[in-house]
Amino acid sequence: MSSTPNIAARSRFAPSRDAMQALYRLLAVALLCIALTALSDVFFTTNNILNVLRQTALLFLMASGLTLVILTAGLDLSVGANIALSACLAASVIKATGSPLLGIATGIGCGAAIGFANGILVTALRIPSFIATYGMMWMLTGITYYYMAGDTIHGFPPEFRQLGSGYLLGVPMPVYVMVLFLLIGWFFAQRTIWGQQIYAIGANPVAARLSGVPVERRLVLVYAVSGAMAGLASLIILARINSAQGDIGEELTLPAIAAVLVGGTSLFGGSGSVAGTLIGALFLTLVLNGMNLLQIHSSWQPLVTGVIILLAVWIDNRTRRSDA
Amino acid sequence: MASGSVVSEAPNGAARIAGVPLFELRGISKAFPGVKALDDVSFDIRSGEVHMLVGENGAGKSTLMKVLCGAYRADSGSFFYNGEPVTIDDPAAARQFGIAVIFQEFTLVPYLDIAQNIFLGREIPGRLPGFIDQRRIHSEAKRVLDLIGFDIDPHLPLHRLGVAQQQMVEIAKALSQDARILVMDEPTAALSDRETERLFAMIKRLKDSGVAIVYISHRLGEVFALGDRITVLRDGRKIASVLPAETTPDQLVTLMVGRPVDTTYTRASRPVPGKVALEVTNLSGPSGFSDINLTVRAGEIVGLCGLVGSGRSEVARAIFGADRITAGEIRLFGEPIGASPEESVRRGMALIPENRKTQGLALNRSVSDNIILAGLRKLFPSGLYVPRRAIKAARAIIDKLRIATPTPRRAVATLSGGNQQKVVIGKWLNADARFFIFDEPTRGIDVGAKAEIFRLLDHLVHDGAAVLMISSEQIEIVHICDRAYVMRGGHIAGELAHHELTEANIVRLGIHQ
Repeated sequence: MSSTPNIAARSRFAPSRDAMQALYRLLAVALLCIALTALSDVFFTTNNILNVLRQTALLFLMASGLTLVILTAGLDLSVGANIALSACLAASVIKATGSPLLGIATGIGCGAAIGFANGILVTALRIPSFIATYGMMWMLTGITYYYMAGDTIHGFPPEFRQLGSGYLLGVPMPVYVMVLFLLIGWFFAQRTIWGQQIYAIGANPVAARLSGVPVERRLVLVYAVSGAMAGLASLIILARINSAQGDIGEELTLPAIAAVLVGGTSLFGGSGSVAGTLIGALFLTLVLNGMNLLQIHSSWQPLVTGVIILLAVWIDNRTRRSDA
Repeated sequence: MASGSVVSEAPNGAARIAGVPLFELRGISKAFPGVKALDDVSFDIRSGEVHMLVGENGAGKSTLMKVLCGAYRADSGSFFYNGEPVTIDDPAAARQFGIAVIFQEFTLVPYLDIAQNIFLGREIPGRLPGFIDQRRIHSEAKRVLDLIGFDIDPHLPLHRLGVAQQQMVEIAKALSQDARILVMDEPTAALSDRETERLFAMIKRLKDSGVAIVYISHRLGEVFALGDRITVLRDGRKIASVLPAETTPDQLVTLMVGRPVDTTYTRASRPVPGKVALEVTNLSGPSGFSDINLTVRAGEIVGLCGLVGSGRSEVARAIFGADRITAGEIRLFGEPIGASPEESVRRGMALIPENRKTQGLALNRSVSDNIILAGLRKLFPSGLYVPRRAIKAARAIIDKLRIATPTPRRAVATLSGGNQQKVVIGKWLNADARFFIFDEPTRGIDVGAKAEIFRLLDHLVHDGAAVLMISSEQIEIVHICDRAYVMRGGHIAGELAHHELTEANIVRLGIHQ
């Protein structure tokens, strides 16, 4: 204990555990890229790289808000169903008014409102987030099916479609949206006191509350943000596939959770980051892209995803334990 | 040892009660890291006897009973059953000798009925494999319930029963397992007077049928009403075994407290108390306290003591806004204060909670993250978090409190208990708190760190802060506090100051007479 000055001087420049985790992951991404370049002629082509980035962007946008929820030791299982309802409502509004802007406002607003409702269920009614958002998922799916009545809405104005399938300087639009929200997410989580409070809530909600953190309000905020990001993702999907159906959000929730976990955010809360989620989304997208390029049958994809999740969480647990 | 007619050693007591004890523990010692919980304790139990076990919080009563029932393994010592040496390595061994413990928290299943609970894990098999002979279970249960004079339908689901009735079921369960030695840990703590009477009647009946009863209690009234023998533990040692007829309540208190009754001591001089910092009037709450009145002035350290479970921590949490209140008013620096920790913190209140690991710290986060948590708004008024400023603020606190950590970025979990406690305190210094509630601030930390924390308390009040301190260690209250309130059963039983503030007085006020 008495030799502390020396240790302090050295470890001030030692990278933090989180930085090390991000570094390992970037290394894994790099190795994967090298391997795929060696194995496939198609992988390292502009087209394929842009394709990977576009898919990564969508996965990241869904998972970024979810990351904040998971940082508080919560879970949002309603992301996919939220996307479905938000997309369908936005599609109706665009069709009815012809205004992409009103559609965008509807999609994000609907997503945020659903997230807010989740937050109220979790805080005011004290329903565990897993159950609250699971119930919400079913209700939203029901509402969407009822609202759409089996119909498809398609054919949107070209300026709206730019959001999903347009390019700027040769790079797909969703990639710009991804970068923008990566910066916003990083800033919010790392450079505001709300971000600090969210980490504290995830690490120990009791201690956070007894330290004067308005735990309930922050939780509502976090669920609302997760919902709003789902709404944003729904718009990009809508703009890309140019049609909306009641089942549009199916099979989107679990990949989003996978991206968060592979990105190093702990389900127990308090550790992880939005940037990590981007790496997680990129890694998972690369793996699936590589399997496609190598013509491995797609039925192997869920198995591989499962193995990656378990490996990532297992490695994180080991590094955390050795650090403590 | 104390004077008077106190019978001070077992041989005397043993001579009065003839025969070999049913069960005997000899020279039991048990240490936990940093604490000697039991030191050479001998204890015996006889058929048809109620043996009272008394002592202050932390005297070793519960540890001794856990050794008896096999939950803990003694470091040294021996056991004798009917005079024959035996071993107790696990709960199963203890059960073989008919030892059963009725804990304060019951081990019953709410959605099973009474009979099913009594026979849980020992179900009588029915004719078909995997089925239970429900009829026999219920008739057997009825028989046991009759034995203790508890007239109730064994088909009733447990969650429909009150606490007292559940306790009866717990006792019936023990007896159905042929318990001959029944240990009860403060069985009347949650009972009304009428229920207590019924429990006592049952205990007398059990006693007449030859069951031996070990009864842990803080209530002097029942100790004398019910006990055939009283054993006093203090600081892990057996102090005396006495007969109720030859002892007075005052003598028993002296035995429990141990030290000479008027302890004189010196401590740093205190400033003249200033303005009222905290004023609580007629405070009542659903967590089990009512009609609490207390004041704390700037420059004062005021103790809040009483037994564990007397409502001290609940009152502290209510003052801080962490628990709901049903009546009364709390004023901080003259202004009424609402019911949220958020507001309390903003207004300069600090709570150093009872359990720093579960309530005080985000263990996996860094020292710096923890130190700045309560003062985020003050440190970053714009809402923008600047890591460099956070580290700088944390370093200032680390230096001021001499927290031993290589860097502010180290996870709090890696620090020692004393340093963790300093981080909790540092959090409030960084938030510029002016009124501090310390709930058991020295629990689980070593002597050196304790002294530092006391010095810090002195500094705080010299700078004009006000402190409300909860402690189970009467000696701490006597040494540190200017005044103290003693709680008993959710009420303030009395206020002590000056020469009246002694350990004996605290114990006397805190115990049901």
